Amino acid sequence: MAKKMAGIKDSYDLVVIGAGPGGYVAAIRAAQLGLDVACIEAKLPEGGLGGVCLNWGCIPAKALLESAALARHVAHDAADFGVKVKGYSLDIAAAVNRSRQVSDRLTKGIKFLFDKNGVATILGRARLAGGKQVEVDLNDGGAAKLSAKNIIIATGSRPKTFPGFEFDGDRVISSREALELTRLPGSMVIVGAGSIGMEFADVFDAFGVKVTIVEALSHLLPLEDEEIAGVVARSFKKRKMTVKTKTAVKSLEKTKTSLKVTVEAPSGDETLECDSLLMAVGRTPNSDNLGLETEGIKLDDQGWIEVDEFCQTSAEGIYAVGDVAGAPMLAHKGSHEGTIAAERIAGIPTHGLDKNNIPSCTYCHPEVASVGRTEKQARGDGFDVKVGKFPFSANGRALAAGAPDGMVKIVADAKYGEVLGVHMVGHNVTELVAEATLGRALETTIEEIANTVHAHPTLAETVMEAALATLERPIHI
Amino acid sequence: MATRIVMSKLSPTMEEGRVLSWVKREGDPVESGDVVVEVETDKATMEVESMGSGVLRVILVAENSTVPTGTILGVVAAEDEDISELLAGSEKVAAGIAAATQSEAAAVEASTEIEAPIPSAQPVATETIEAPAGDGGRVKASPLARRMADEKGVALDSVRGSGPGGRIIKRDIEAALQPGAPATPGATAAAAPIEIDSGVPFQRVDLSQIRKAIARNLVQSLGPVPHFFLTVEVDMARALELRAELNQSLEGTGAKVGVNEILMKTAAQALVQHPNVNVAFAGDHIRRFTRVDIGLAVAVPDGLITPVLRDAGSKGLLQISEETRELIDRGREKKLAPEEYQGATFTISNLGMYGIDEFTAVINPPAATVMAVGATQEKPVVIDGAIEIRPRMRVTLSCDHRAVDGAMGAEFLATFKGMLENPLRLVL
Repeated sequence: MAKKMAGIKDSYDLVVIGAGPGGYVAAIRAAQLGLDVACIEAKLPEGGLGGVCLNWGCIPAKALLESAALARHVAHDAADFGVKVKGYSLDIAAAVNRSRQVSDRLTKGIKFLFDKNGVATILGRARLAGGKQVEVDLNDGGAAKLSAKNIIIATGSRPKTFPGFEFDGDRVISSREALELTRLPGSMVIVGAGSIGMEFADVFDAFGVKVTIVEALSHLLPLEDEEIAGVVARSFKKRKMTVKTKTAVKSLEKTKTSLKVTVEAPSGDETLECDSLLMAVGRTPNSDNLGLETEGIKLDDQGWIEVDEFCQTSAEGIYAVGDVAGAPMLAHKGSHEGTIAAERIAGIPTHGLDKNNIPSCTYCHPEVASVGRTEKQARGDGFDVKVGKFPFSANGRALAAGAPDGMVKIVADAKYGEVLGVHMVGHNVTELVAEATLGRALETTIEEIANTVHAHPTLAETVMEAALATLERPIHI
Repeated sequence: MATRIVMSKLSPTMEEGRVLSWVKREGDPVESGDVVVEVETDKATMEVESMGSGVLRVILVAENSTVPTGTILGVVAAEDEDISELLAGSEKVAAGIAAATQSEAAAVEASTEIEAPIPSAQPVATETIEAPAGDGGRVKASPLARRMADEKGVALDSVRGSGPGGRIIKRDIEAALQPGAPATPGATAAAAPIEIDSGVPFQRVDLSQIRKAIARNLVQSLGPVPHFFLTVEVDMARALELRAELNQSLEGTGAKVGVNEILMKTAAQALVQHPNVNVAFAGDHIRRFTRVDIGLAVAVPDGLITPVLRDAGSKGLLQISEETRELIDRGREKKLAPEEYQGATFTISNLGMYGIDEFTAVINPPAATVMAVGATQEKPVVIDGAIEIRPRMRVTLSCDHRAVDGAMGAEFLATFKGMLENPLRLVL
């Protein structure tokens, strides 16, 4: 065994592999509960303290989306608002630079929190070696072997693509490269209209790239309520983006000057020519090269680690949280799993994760947020459904913000008024979904939402009005 | 410093209590430690002492009113102290918001600067019991669970909550609606009014706290607790002889040994030998107690109380006898502390003195057994081919089949019978 890095102990109560939103929260929570914790982070290009979320995902993407929103305001609305801007220009490099600063600040915050809670930070690539031993190839050279009473695997996921559409880091890219484009292509085809594809479409369109979105399923944001997605589709089309649904990519031809993407659309095959191709078709688990087989940890056929409701794998004392433990791949899901696993390990009472009550947010403009069943799912599950909707065009705050495109839609059970799902599209709805999530967690019925005083003027009034609408007594429409 | 007199939660099951009588009247001087009021809980009568000195300024709850725990009953303060702030707070407490955390020790600094008139003593009690019919006070439940319970006619206080802090949530109502679930709508009979329209004249007798507790507990029993019964007849000749001899030898000492104490001692000895009967069914596990605590059902004027003799397995007959008598005396006066009448691992109910031949007793959860003892009667018995007249006693063991099987109960009873018929071993 090679020399060890100073400060690394031989054994820990808990070794967390990966410092993303699942891993770092687990490490901090376990340390709070008095465990001796080490967190190992490979800090490769896709990693770093804070994981993909802070470094190459949620956070920098949101920073770029703010730039995009500002660009759109200046281009379209500012004059109406009485702010006339002359001679402005767009600078994607500056926007990217700002997004990196936001990431860096948060990443340093994780290190601060680790130090404050006494979590040992180990930079290196970890691998299970059997018998709850963890081998680490340290980034600074050398290796270490730790023994752990418990292990949490929080190694996350990475973008995947289709055969024939391999990432080349230049013209065929993933979200990872898209976050660092400092020179913009003239045109871009984005394959996949999930959250990631939609957000990048929004950003690159605002910065002047000609964007075409290709989605194999029947509507944009296929996991969201169809009616809600329709509002986004109209907005995107109004901005002259090309939206192709029910369209699958077939092949890619790279020429010196352009990319030719052949797609199969309902009307037949066609070829889309573009400068850049962003593949946003899903992610694949980082469960390979981890030595999981040394502990007999079971994976499903896609490579996701199988866990129970408290995130324990098939191996006693070894847990998996976040993306690597399966869908939904959301930072907040990973963080909650991290908490649950840490509390389980520390032996204090904890709650299982209610996977039916995890909100999902897309930060394109207009924003989309939802929790619970879509109308279609609720009907499919046999509920007698009542739907209440309220448009942003009838909300004072939305109009004042110049954001009349949007709505809140509540799907409720007709019998008991249970809130089965809440779906939102519009300005800042990603902040509004918390009310719906808390309401569902507390099992409020639509009556409580309707009877709760909502401040005026706020966007949140649309939630109350949608609840009133399910009771067939909305006031403002 | 003003001091609130509060209906405290005096036992884990207590949700409300009744003001029996005010020892002090409004205007009476009160010293710290003085008994101010007597309250009746579901099991006992308790004296409530003032934690502060002054004058009993106001009585908020009239005698014979029943209020939820946490309700302010009255205020002790200096004669000229402003207590309006405390009284304003009392509405909140009465509404049950601060229920269990509000102890009699809660004393609040009251301003002495403002001379405010004391608001008239509104009997808070009348406003406090507005909980839905069938609720024994405040029940934590989600709005959805409440609505489902309402529609399906499930009484919330018959449902065990699985949410945070025992909050009743949707899945608990769904579970309660499953066929064979522990809490079925039928289990609400204890609290919900039952329509009886027979035309027969009757006198309405309000339920005492103890009667409510019995109903609440036992109606939960025959439903979810699958009982079975084992009966055995014991020859009591030698046990009675032993008792007579013992008491003869004890003459003049004031000590005395009764049949119940012999039964308790015997059961305790037998349970030590059969620990698989000294158990409780705890949902996901069986609790096998490592100590034998024997409860003895004792009739009191308005119900039943079960004083518990701790660690009966390691005590001698004399000690059992002394302690049991002392517990029974205090039980009849309702002076037992909750820990003195709760948590028996085995209970004996003896109706022999009423001439009952034999009967079956209802298990009081979470216990897994109860032994029903009938009268000892002279009977002709065939012994070695000849008919003899012997004193015989029939005992019936009720067992919770979830925890105790027939053979386990039978083996225990065989040991019990054997010991009682050869009682010299008991004295050892």
